Amino acid sequence: MNDQTIKETERDIIEDFSWFETWEEKYEYIIELGKKLEPLEDECKVKENIIKGCQSTVWLVAKFEDGLVFYSADSDAVIVKGLISMLIKVLSGNTPDEILNAKLDFINEIGMMTHLAQTRSNGLVAMIKQIKNYALAFKSMQVPEKNINYG
Amino acid sequence: MEAKILSPEVEVQRIRDQFPILSRMLKNKPLVYLDNAATSQKPQCVIDALSEYYTSYNANIHRGIHALAEEATAAYELSRKTVAHFLNAGSPEEIIFTRGTTEGINLVAYTWARKFIKEGDEIIISEMEHHSNIVPWQLVCEEKNAVLKVIPITDDGELKLEAFYNLLTEKTKLVSIVHVSNALGTINPVKTIIEAAHEKGAVVLLDGAQSAVHLSIDVQDLDCDFFAFSGHKVYGPTGIGALYGKREILEQMPVFMGGGEMIKEVTFEKTTFNELPYKYEAGTPNIADAIALKAALDFMAENADHSLRNHEAELLSYATDCLEKIPGLKIIGKAKQKASIASFIIEGIHPQDIGILLDNQAIAVRTGHHCTQPLMHRLGIQGTVRASFAIYNTFEEVDRLIAGLHKAIKMLS
Repeated sequence: MNDQTIKETERDIIEDFSWFETWEEKYEYIIELGKKLEPLEDECKVKENIIKGCQSTVWLVAKFEDGLVFYSADSDAVIVKGLISMLIKVLSGNTPDEILNAKLDFINEIGMMTHLAQTRSNGLVAMIKQIKNYALAFKSMQVPEKNINYG
Repeated sequence: MEAKILSPEVEVQRIRDQFPILSRMLKNKPLVYLDNAATSQKPQCVIDALSEYYTSYNANIHRGIHALAEEATAAYELSRKTVAHFLNAGSPEEIIFTRGTTEGINLVAYTWARKFIKEGDEIIISEMEHHSNIVPWQLVCEEKNAVLKVIPITDDGELKLEAFYNLLTEKTKLVSIVHVSNALGTINPVKTIIEAAHEKGAVVLLDGAQSAVHLSIDVQDLDCDFFAFSGHKVYGPTGIGALYGKREILEQMPVFMGGGEMIKEVTFEKTTFNELPYKYEAGTPNIADAIALKAALDFMAENADHSLRNHEAELLSYATDCLEKIPGLKIIGKAKQKASIASFIIEGIHPQDIGILLDNQAIAVRTGHHCTQPLMHRLGIQGTVRASFAIYNTFEEVDRLIAGLHKAIKMLS
């Protein structure tokens, strides 16, 4: 359950990263996050959940409970896992609308925009797209508002 | 005049000084460019050739009657002659300018194969091929109901020749083989393969994308029927390459793309086609890059001589020795004959993680499957880290790679 808003969580991450003076410190932190990320159960690492990049594979699972979307993900590459860990921290446990509207500026602020570059093909770009697709799908599953009948 | 013999270090520095991009700093560190198998950097003479063309004599070629058109045409055709000489082709008419190796292979697939491959015929490729030398033949076999056979490799990344001989039958029409593997560095025994294929009446296409820059190519001596290579891998620009084909074979092939330049006469009742090589060069060609390709080949002729080829071999040897000393590192591709490519994996670490951390140290390598997914599958791996060398790389750069790897491994462990 995400007690903070998306923006607040992003601000915390940006604050954490502001302490790092070198690229080594930054990446050591991301690698640490990646290693700590709860691995997905093997039965979740199935074809339906794969987001295949050219170089690394990402698995993404989403569920919808009490109007909130929860994500779990995994990857075979640890730096991508670290980035996934941050994305899940920011987005998981929010409403579909909040997720759809999230701009994810923090990625640029912490200097990780390069990992979203076209050339990386690391599944991360596709994963963010898929995260938003899930939010959209869950949103459309919600009880629709009463139609107003004219005439 | 006596030739001045310079020490290897001085020679390499003299070469490096001709490549402006090599003095680039990345993240406050000097660039270490070890992704030459993907594309080579360009010497100033190639950059100047491009610039000079557009500054001084840009014009459409072959049809114009004014001075600029004549100059441009002469330069373009001189480049063709240079390519013919580079490959030791019988004549310039056997050289067709293309966008690169992939287009060259596809040209053969869409013309020669379309005419000569029939139902039940066989095409042989190998397990180590680049996708560009797999997919066109899969498409042909699907369309013609022909059979695609694959030469297996050893765990060291060498072709199993005995298996190849067993795959060859009277039905084999084409053998299409990579000369030097982009993922493994293996130099294949293509002369032997060509002899065996010819005995069975099959033609042979060589994918020369990697070999053109590392080996001395003599298509007549090899007796290959087709040879395709890319300009951007031989210190030339992107978007240009060439396909060599034996004249007697090219003359029997139907046309590829239709349009201007490749015709003799056009009426709505009937159109006749131009002679070689123009038959295969429809539309306005990539004139500037073809001319700059000549500058690259001239550069190679002047500089990529025996001693610098030796330097490449020594770099590979040194790099391999250093890499093998790293705990948990396994070299992928241990053929007895290799060209400047060192692919490896590190136990428990994803190649992409290594690549990212090397990139942060201004070291450019390639990670992933290198467009050889079937090869990776055969070797039971997802991908590798690949360092590939050119004549301007140094031993110090190898040292930086090794130090960078140690650092990356430490961070990831």
